Amino acid sequence: MRVGLFVTCLVDLMRPSIGFAAIRLLEAAGCEVHVPAAQTCCGQPGYNSGDRTSARALAAKLLDEFEACEYVVAPSGSCAGMIRTHYPDLFRDDAYTLGRIERLCARVYELTDFLVNVAGLAAVPGRHAGTVTYHDACSGLRELGVKREPRALLGRVPGLALREMDDCEQCCGFGGTFAVKFGDVSAAIADRKCAAIEASGAGAVVLGDLGCMLNIEGRLRRRGNEKVKVLHVAEVLAGRDS
Amino acid sequence: MHVRSMHFKARAGSALGDEVLQANLRRFGASGFALSRAKVVEAYGAAEFERLRTAGAAIRDRALATLDAHIERFEREATRRGATVLFAETGAEACDLVLEICRRHGVKKAIKSKSMLSEEAGLNEALAAAGVEPVETDLGEYIIQLAGEPPSHIIAPAVHKSKDEVADLFAAHHRQPRKTDIGERTREARAVLRGHFVSADLGISGGNFLIAETGSGLVVTNEGNGRMVTTLPRVHVCITGIEKVIPTLEDFSALLRLLTRSATGQPISNYVSVFTGPRRAGDRDGPEHMYFILVDAGRTNLVGGDMQEMLRCIRCGACMNHCPVYKTVGGHAYGWVYPGPMGAVLTPSYVGLENALDLPHAATLCNQCGVVCPVRIPLPELLRKLREQQVERRLRPSTEMLALRMWSWVARRPRLYALATRWAGRCLRLLGGASRRIRRLPGASGWTRERDLPAPQGQTFRDLYRQSKRAG
Repeated sequence: MRVGLFVTCLVDLMRPSIGFAAIRLLEAAGCEVHVPAAQTCCGQPGYNSGDRTSARALAAKLLDEFEACEYVVAPSGSCAGMIRTHYPDLFRDDAYTLGRIERLCARVYELTDFLVNVAGLAAVPGRHAGTVTYHDACSGLRELGVKREPRALLGRVPGLALREMDDCEQCCGFGGTFAVKFGDVSAAIADRKCAAIEASGAGAVVLGDLGCMLNIEGRLRRRGNEKVKVLHVAEVLAGRDS
Repeated sequence: MHVRSMHFKARAGSALGDEVLQANLRRFGASGFALSRAKVVEAYGAAEFERLRTAGAAIRDRALATLDAHIERFEREATRRGATVLFAETGAEACDLVLEICRRHGVKKAIKSKSMLSEEAGLNEALAAAGVEPVETDLGEYIIQLAGEPPSHIIAPAVHKSKDEVADLFAAHHRQPRKTDIGERTREARAVLRGHFVSADLGISGGNFLIAETGSGLVVTNEGNGRMVTTLPRVHVCITGIEKVIPTLEDFSALLRLLTRSATGQPISNYVSVFTGPRRAGDRDGPEHMYFILVDAGRTNLVGGDMQEMLRCIRCGACMNHCPVYKTVGGHAYGWVYPGPMGAVLTPSYVGLENALDLPHAATLCNQCGVVCPVRIPLPELLRKLREQQVERRLRPSTEMLALRMWSWVARRPRLYALATRWAGRCLRLLGGASRRIRRLPGASGWTRERDLPAPQGQTFRDLYRQSKRAG
């Protein structure tokens, strides 16, 4: 299987280890991983801020770069969700591009969704000694229906015990530019998430979206919690979480 | 009602600093309607409830597609049964119609059951100014009327108040010893309200729905006050939005199943009151005169536009019960009648996008609202469309637009982008220092005021990947 990896702009800039973990997992599942060099951003910041023109330009760019791939995988429910559920809306007045977009969308997956439901990854490379709790980030859960997949994969990591927190499907308060525009409201929402994570007693919170990770980790540390690790599910599965 | 939605940010800030409110909101979040809804949906069968939501959306869409015909039929049927049907284009017109009814029938006191439209129109203020005493009889509405506050939730208007605050209010207004027991206090309010029920000349109710085939109005309540308001006084006025007219009672039965489950998590409310025409010869009760006032107040502007799906709304409040922002700042922060996600769509739609600039942005787009909406209104999509309209009408700050355009301009130029992110990564890494976290970041104080920004690992993925390929 020839898989195009959409690294995402946040992973590229902030936490490349997630990108390498994704490659390791895809290769472990027998995929040939292709990383288009000119890729940048899926256009979500513009789209969610009402700037359709910008979003559309970046969507067209991504389409050109990934159209030839058999599958497109992103280590982010939010970016995969942007492509799969929102790109068609951007091209509803352009039948030709819309057709191309729809053919692309059918092949776009969030990483754990792809590993479980398409690639059928058998054994995960990672090990993790300790208890983790899983946060269902909003886009992956409610746009793509990713819920069972990360848990199924984490269940196969030797040494790892999953302990669910209360309200694991509740938003962490990130919301992209919302976190900057309404920083105080966003942090107050994040506080509830942090409290739920802490109450679970887990040594790490694992999730599939870097934006939410930055929000949760940033708030945990500001609250004075230096202990709980904030890990991407790909890092844990690939054994790149130390 | 006066619109204060331009000040969401400031109002949200004071809500966050209000410890009593925060405690009340935490209580609401922990034991509130969301939990009861989850239980009742499970009991109904989750898959079956999803089908019911689909059916509900279809019923609302069908009704709205031919709304003019249903309104005409409603008018005909209600008139045939002795009621008077009046139309108002604005809230102010609706108030004028009510005041005229008051003059015609010599009304001195009006008792009210919950009506969000009367909040939109500012009816209580208009009545008081004309010398008619309005008395809210829904317990929550009564509490906030005593407090002189607008509702903070569309079905639990006083949810922002603690029991201690209510005890103080009652003690001050009822001139009775302060009661701490909720049951005792409710009985006290009940006794006070009884006096108003029997002495009022006019009953004003809202209408959850109006039924075209029978010319009836309907209210769904838990306290029974709706039944008293619509039957005891000699005149009854039902005031509601034109979009509430639905074709048949059959349609209503499906919507009712959705409404109470989504709102309070009840299979059915304690009371479902259907009122059809005034008292007939031989009837034991009912008003002598009955009026329906159907108000537009911006609704027809939504027809055929981006926000049309919002007209499906059946005012259950599920969206706010599940909204992380609402649960954090409460309803008053939204600055007008309707809070939460539905309010963030309705307020700009009814009072003007330019008068509620923050509201479409005051959401994380988490879609916790969209997945519980009983009539499948895609609330995050509508909020996003309002954001697009703001951009089209140049209502956003120029710095924000510049930042977005810059980002996209650079992101379309991969070589420049690679260079820019390489340097951004290095700078942020330096700022993070040994602790690898950034505590203050100029230009992003919204982020760093209350949380750290974990510093980047160092080099960008693209640089590391290229190096690994070269080495590889």
